[in-house]
Amino acid sequence: MLWVDKYKPTSLDHMDYHPDLSLHLKNMIKSSDFPHLLVYGPSGAGKKTRIMAILKEVYGPNCLKLKIDHRTFKHPSTNKNLQVTTISSPYHIEINAGEAGSNDRLIVQSIIKEIAQSPPIDSSVFGAFKIVILNEVDKLSKDAQHALRRTMEKYAASCRLILCCDSTSRVIDPIRSRCLGIRVPAPSIADVQNVLNIVATKEKFELPKKISEEIAVKAKGNLRYALLMLEAKKAKQYPFVEGVPLLDWENYIQVIARDIIMEQTPAKLMAVRAKLYELIGHCIPPELIIKTLTLELLDSIDNSLKCETIHWAAFYEHRIQIGTKPIFHLEAFIAKFMSCYKKFNSEPFVAQ
Amino acid sequence: MFYNKSTGKNTSNSAPSIGSGGIQKAPEPWVSKYRPRTVDDVAHQDEVVRALKKSLDGGALPHLLFYGPPGTGKTSTILAIAMDLYGPDLIKDRVLELNASDERGIEIVRTKIKNFASFTVNNTTVAGKQVPSFKLIILDEADSMTQDAQAALRRTIENTSKTTRFCLLCNYITRIIEPLSSRCAKFRFKPLKSEAMGERLKYIADQEGVNLANESTLDAIHTVSQGDMRKAITFMQSAHRFYASKSITDANIYDISGSVEPKTLELFINSCKSGDFYKVRHLVERVMALGYPASQIISQLFDIVVQPSIHFNNIQRTKIAIKIGQIDRNLVDGSDEFLQLFDLGAYMMKCFDEMEMN
Repeated sequence: MLWVDKYKPTSLDHMDYHPDLSLHLKNMIKSSDFPHLLVYGPSGAGKKTRIMAILKEVYGPNCLKLKIDHRTFKHPSTNKNLQVTTISSPYHIEINAGEAGSNDRLIVQSIIKEIAQSPPIDSSVFGAFKIVILNEVDKLSKDAQHALRRTMEKYAASCRLILCCDSTSRVIDPIRSRCLGIRVPAPSIADVQNVLNIVATKEKFELPKKISEEIAVKAKGNLRYALLMLEAKKAKQYPFVEGVPLLDWENYIQVIARDIIMEQTPAKLMAVRAKLYELIGHCIPPELIIKTLTLELLDSIDNSLKCETIHWAAFYEHRIQIGTKPIFHLEAFIAKFMSCYKKFNSEPFVAQ
Repeated sequence: MFYNKSTGKNTSNSAPSIGSGGIQKAPEPWVSKYRPRTVDDVAHQDEVVRALKKSLDGGALPHLLFYGPPGTGKTSTILAIAMDLYGPDLIKDRVLELNASDERGIEIVRTKIKNFASFTVNNTTVAGKQVPSFKLIILDEADSMTQDAQAALRRTIENTSKTTRFCLLCNYITRIIEPLSSRCAKFRFKPLKSEAMGERLKYIADQEGVNLANESTLDAIHTVSQGDMRKAITFMQSAHRFYASKSITDANIYDISGSVEPKTLELFINSCKSGDFYKVRHLVERVMALGYPASQIISQLFDIVVQPSIHFNNIQRTKIAIKIGQIDRNLVDGSDEFLQLFDLGAYMMKCFDEMEMN
């Protein structure tokens, strides 16, 4: 078992950070009547951990006995069978609605409504309502979100929804206004270090302060990443040596950045293209490539050029989202940057 | 909307039920518990209520089109009207309510709606009250219906107008096709004013035993809910549950609503002003780590930018406002929040720089 799972706290009392949040959540559960929840925060901050802890607090340890189901339902107009994977316990059901792609509206209209319409049989055993956990709500299409609106209201008595997403920017307002938003901030560096130390003590090995700090800084508030990194590092070499190695793809992007700064020619652009394909071929998301590349580039250019660079990065990243083939836009960004950089380097001479 | 006056008699379960024993009813969210039950109870939509009451008294109800921002009482009003017209017994037979959670493509319009619309009902009298001889079809969230489905409705509305009244509810009237909207009497619902909302919230707070720190908390609720009554009530209930026994302060409300602390925004603007690129980057990273959604940040930032303040001159205001518009659109398209926010920071920095140079 990975440490990430092994040391995942299962109750609100054992959360390692954000004690205020845990306290408030407990208060809310005690009243036995809570609204729909919308849990959001950066990844690795502990959203899911808290959701499961809430479930345990409400229903007791039985809700951690999970089973995986494949539900099929009929597409109403084409009569095709569609399948969706759900994780459920007697008390709740968890659906990854993004899975269905463009059919997500149907999931909301059929499955969620079906669950919501049938209240629990014995409220003394199963509680007064069921819980539906819906992951990645921000990935739901607008249609699906609209379909959710009335379902949330109408069946509020027999069913509570817990929605989970990274950012609420793409969750439509009517849904947000029906939920209690719970923001789970990323743990601070000290928090991450603390957790790493606890894990180290439980696993009975020595974790120097310097190493834990390095990992915590590198993880940027993503606790899952930090723990995985620690475990990988431990497996690789113990006692620890200093320095957290960069991941392969990060190294690779650094090389690309250096290439671009060194030479701005069509030939170089072609050379970079090969590298970009390599990255995309290894399933590095293009958004991550453009983001990391931008941050690398920013470090090695003049201040006056930075605003422009970040603007074009944002511009082309947007294009990636609305376009179909990311490579076009990645290359466009690099070409744009090359032209800006070249222009900038030749300008001072003209001015003088 | 939401009761002007107390109608305590028919909501006997509105008193706190804790410790009352007997059969425990499933707890109901306050939003549905305190939904107005009659047209008179709808608050702050005086013109709409007056016009509607007139036509109700006359017994001649036109087709209706309600539009306005969320949480202003559209659904509540039409449900109240339906209740007024038919009473609790007949309402099931005579009202068809369809919303976006129901499948209602062109097929449904052609079959279900048409069938329901075409059969006739009698003029009956229930409990001494005249029940009109038409049925009611409520199409909630009509702006999420496809153009085709809307077009299919056109003739149905006309052909069956003897037996059926339609009521369309939507947020954006522009998304309803012209031929449909021209067949209906339009009513605009406006966001609730601070006083109307405060009064209603206070009533609920008294009923439920909510412990509000002071009067300004109600104002805070109004600020974050922006005239959306549903939001306001949800916030209040959430805060009440969340902070259990303690009294609810302004800060709690901001926290619940997911608003960014004004202090953080101030810091953001100041770091842009300082011209230090790394400061801006650091701040954007921190805001993201705290989990604030970028859309929330830019909408609050926008409020600061357009308000008179010492930070900006008019040219900068205009420029930044345009930029915020672009960024909002990009975010809706699903762009990376960090890059977009960083872009905004860099842009604001440039704007400040330009001012200094001039």
